[in-house]
Amino acid sequence: MEIIKPSINVNFVGSMKIAFTISFILIVISIASIVWHGGLNLGIDFAGGTIVQVKFQKATPTEAIRSALKPIRLENSIIQQFNPQEVVIRTAESTSDLKGLSAKIEEALSNVYGKGSFEVRRVEVVGPKVGKDLTTKAILAIVFSWVAMLIYIAWRFEFRYGVGGIAALVHDIIITVGALSLFNKEITLTIIAALLTIVGYSINDTIVIYDRIRENMRKGLKKDLGEVMNISINETLGRTILTSLTVFTVLVILFLLGGDVIHDFAFAMLVGVISGVYSTVYIASPMVLAWEKFRPSKMRRK
Amino acid sequence: MFKTIKFRAALAAVVCLVALFYLLPSLTDNLPFFWTKDKIHLGLDLQGGTHLVLEVDTKKALEGSLERMANNIREKLMENKVRFRSLERKNSNISIEIQEGVPVSSLENIIKEHFPDLEITSSEITGGKGIVVLSYLGKRAVELKKLAVEQSVETIRNRIDQFGVSEPEIIPEGADRIIVQLPGVKDVARAKNLIGKTALLEFKLVDDEHSLDEALKGNVPEDDIVMYGFGPDKETARKASVPYLIKNKSLLTGESIETAQVKISDRFGESYVSLTFNSQGATDFERITGDNVKKRLAIILDGTVHSAPVIQEKISGGQAQITGSFTMDEAKDLAIVLRAGALPAPVSILEERTVGPSLGQDSITKGIWSTIIGGLLVVVFMVAYYRLSGLVANAALLLNIVILLGVMAAFRATLTLPGIAGIVLTIGMAVDANVLIFERIREELRAGKTARAAIEAGYAKAFSAILDSNVTTLIAALFLFQFGTGPVKGFAVTLTIGLVASMFTAIYVTRIVFDYFVLNKKIQTLSV
Repeated sequence: MEIIKPSINVNFVGSMKIAFTISFILIVISIASIVWHGGLNLGIDFAGGTIVQVKFQKATPTEAIRSALKPIRLENSIIQQFNPQEVVIRTAESTSDLKGLSAKIEEALSNVYGKGSFEVRRVEVVGPKVGKDLTTKAILAIVFSWVAMLIYIAWRFEFRYGVGGIAALVHDIIITVGALSLFNKEITLTIIAALLTIVGYSINDTIVIYDRIRENMRKGLKKDLGEVMNISINETLGRTILTSLTVFTVLVILFLLGGDVIHDFAFAMLVGVISGVYSTVYIASPMVLAWEKFRPSKMRRK
Repeated sequence: MFKTIKFRAALAAVVCLVALFYLLPSLTDNLPFFWTKDKIHLGLDLQGGTHLVLEVDTKKALEGSLERMANNIREKLMENKVRFRSLERKNSNISIEIQEGVPVSSLENIIKEHFPDLEITSSEITGGKGIVVLSYLGKRAVELKKLAVEQSVETIRNRIDQFGVSEPEIIPEGADRIIVQLPGVKDVARAKNLIGKTALLEFKLVDDEHSLDEALKGNVPEDDIVMYGFGPDKETARKASVPYLIKNKSLLTGESIETAQVKISDRFGESYVSLTFNSQGATDFERITGDNVKKRLAIILDGTVHSAPVIQEKISGGQAQITGSFTMDEAKDLAIVLRAGALPAPVSILEERTVGPSLGQDSITKGIWSTIIGGLLVVVFMVAYYRLSGLVANAALLLNIVILLGVMAAFRATLTLPGIAGIVLTIGMAVDANVLIFERIREELRAGKTARAAIEAGYAKAFSAILDSNVTTLIAALFLFQFGTGPVKGFAVTLTIGLVASMFTAIYVTRIVFDYFVLNKKIQTLSV
């Protein structure tokens, strides 16, 4: 079976202008969404706060829960309903005293619904100190990973390829974060894990094409860089599509079956993988060309 | 010899068997005695339990220590007849106002000789008044803070040991944090209470000579302090916060206690805690009660007066009781913290993550289903697309998973929910190496090479791409590992091990099969 015919010859490099334009639009939409929402929807991991996930034996509407929380003045908490019986209560406060908000919330609910009629499935409390810590760590991790990738590619290939790789990377991250913002998804630790994985995956993809370009250049063909790139991308298209397909498939499974925590993670990964393939094919290599025009490298061919 | 098919196949088989060896204990218990017992360690988000990050108030620990120092200094100064107007601890300093005419040097000498841990940070003499400020030497302060954290870890460990949680983990982190993990704990609120209670037990005398009302208005006599406790309110006879006028000096503390036990009173079937003093404590207690018959002795726990019974007579035998409407659980927990000892400083909870067992079980089920279905889809796809070569890739994939799980069991790595996602992701990404190789082989065959040559070229040329792409993913996983906590670390671990194992299975192991068929069996056409 073959999805991609061996004789395929799409002019990827030629569509550089269109591709850059589409990417630009997507990035603008992403940033606009973030601005429009007033920043990112930070989960308690970064903003601090308390989360209590409660499963009731009977279906319970959020309004009823809200009034149950009134005595402890938490009726303005964010209450998300997973299904008619299960909710997640989120409040921005977190007390460091031992009793904690989670116990107070439990008590308040017990008073209204009776002790055995619900089950606390999960509690997460993040104090402001820890929240700030994690925010800093997250941003550093992502930025340093970009730098590390740049260095590695510059070392294994050439600096200009590093530029192309990083451009594709930053593009992917911005678009993924934009998608998360558009759908108002919470940014949690697991989402950051997804972003870092996308970094790894996007570069992974890009390198396979760079490797082929490097190989074709070594053959000493009397073609310019743009043509070699096109040939290389077309030659590896089969593999690019295939691997993306397998990764995409398992991610869809995770998205559907993985449960609440994994669901958002899979969403971020799906956007990232699609963006990753697109950026690998349409952004990374053309970016190298653009960089080349902007700053020609001393060695035209290695 | 290392290149022969026999050797390579044997090596692959050995790796597989070793992995299985480590993996089996997680699947079944019926294994002969010599087998290892380590199962794959499940994270808290899969087995349920609670993860706490505590912060020790090391500043308060330092202040408490300084307070005790201040009392010792007072005694020493009086001994040596160095007269002073006032001596008190303010925050992290001790401030001494010496009397007129007393040379600062006499104070300095005493400090140097008897209190080497302290240094004089300032000494001012203004208009006949001399004020000397002392504080801990910088180095010593750091040491004391560290000691406070270590002591806290020990105390908390003692308490949890008595609480009965299997495999708890209590680890210091950084300068003043402690990480506590309690897998499978059922009553989280109770556990948190047990851990965080400072449990400072003090015995002080109630000052019945001075007026309580005057003190409440603000005129607190010297050496006294107003403290509150629970008792029936005089007017309403309901339980309320009742003030007491207490003499500040602690006559006994929890350190004099040998042990504490829960007992049930004959009268009302109430639970109470019976204290037994150690030998020095018993002697002290006898003396104190003998000296203060008919006075009230306040039993104070964490700054709250628990009870203040009248001392009827001298008590020998070193036993005392703490009573007061406890439930059985409350009494048990109080006995536990008294036995384990007081925390050197207050502890606050910076972060808590608790997962109930039902959610944990749910997550495991969902994780397993995702892995199976995801795996099946990939397997079917590989066979459909690459035919028999796809089968070889699938076998490599299976070996990959076995190695991954075996390594995790062998190194007692923790499997978390994101970790399971990492396994599923590995399945998707591991086939990439095979795809690279097979696509290359197809290309070489199209270019007209023989089966044997195509295989060689395919593996050789694909290798650099596989290496570079996997290394970059590994770099990302490394950052994840560094940055992540608990569950996210678990993801980085499975991703890393999975990728490394996939390089082994995709490159080394599948090659064995291909070589076997092409070299030994002399197959001419490849099913790829």
